[in-house]
Amino acid sequence: MKPLLIVLLLLLSPLANAVDAYQFSNPEQQAAYNSLVTELRCLVCQNQPIGDSNAELAADLRRQVYEMLQQGKSKADIQQFMTDRYGDFVLYNPPFKAKTGLLWLGPVAFLVVGLLTVFLFVRRKKTLAPVTENTEKLAAVRRLLTEKDTENLS
Amino acid sequence: MSLQPFFINMLKFILPLVLFVVLAVFLALGLNLNPHDIPSPFINKPAPVFSAPKLTAPTEKLSTDDLKGKVWLFNVWASWCVSCRAEHPVLNQLAKQQAAVIVGLNYKDEPDAAKNWLDTLGNPYTVSIMDQDGRIGIDWGVYGVPETFVIDKKGIIRYKHTGPVTVDDVQKIFLPLIATLQAENP
Repeated sequence: MKPLLIVLLLLLSPLANAVDAYQFSNPEQQAAYNSLVTELRCLVCQNQPIGDSNAELAADLRRQVYEMLQQGKSKADIQQFMTDRYGDFVLYNPPFKAKTGLLWLGPVAFLVVGLLTVFLFVRRKKTLAPVTENTEKLAAVRRLLTEKDTENLS
Repeated sequence: MSLQPFFINMLKFILPLVLFVVLAVFLALGLNLNPHDIPSPFINKPAPVFSAPKLTAPTEKLSTDDLKGKVWLFNVWASWCVSCRAEHPVLNQLAKQQAAVIVGLNYKDEPDAAKNWLDTLGNPYTVSIMDQDGRIGIDWGVYGVPETFVIDKKGIIRYKHTGPVTVDDVQKIFLPLIATLQAENP
């Protein structure tokens, strides 16, 4: 019984990660908090949002988000506050601008190049190869046939 | 044999090679970049203001206004920070040269542990201020300790260094920069 209980508790432990006892006066604030902590990157463990991270900085940033929401600040205000201090890097969803252009357009460019390559490849296969082969063979067959016919006739 | 198919065949070999080289270059660049070197949005922006209690005299406060007209370094440190220990002798050395005021931000630390650290390892700071809950750290965009900012006479951040400052950094970056900033008009 006891080992089973320990296993069950261990299975629950991921849920206990990074949960702060913050109380919100209305559901909108709660929703804004929940979305912000998943959109802001923890700068210590860079592949985790601050909502998932146990780093001390992440906890401090969560507190900062909570306090700003309590002060009536909007989501945009808080995102601005964070980018002013940590740069676009802190956002998991960075804005589209000259500096982040490659990041946004790169995948599109790769897709276009890929599609173009496939298109050209398929077209060449379809039009060029079979036609030349067939016409040559057809001509050979015709020649053989006509030759045979004339031979028999004579 | 006409020349055109020859070139097409050549292209079949050269194109993958070119693509491979491009990919390899990108990978090599990616491997050599340090993901913890995040460009600071503060460069050439006014330093965030603070007014915080001094570590050695908690009843007194130091504010950014007190530093107007001076070239100063703002070094984020803590007694729990391992790389700060490596950096400390370098700061001690830099302090001896009296090139600029060195202000310490004692980040999320126990005051007693911090004072003990300065007593045993030496104190390179003109003054250290306390930031026990990390709020000044957030205001300055601090995400790792140690970090060092260089602020000019007008209160503009001119340089930020993440990670421990080395002797080489002092000689090649800090001292020349401080010299130019000292020569500027306040």
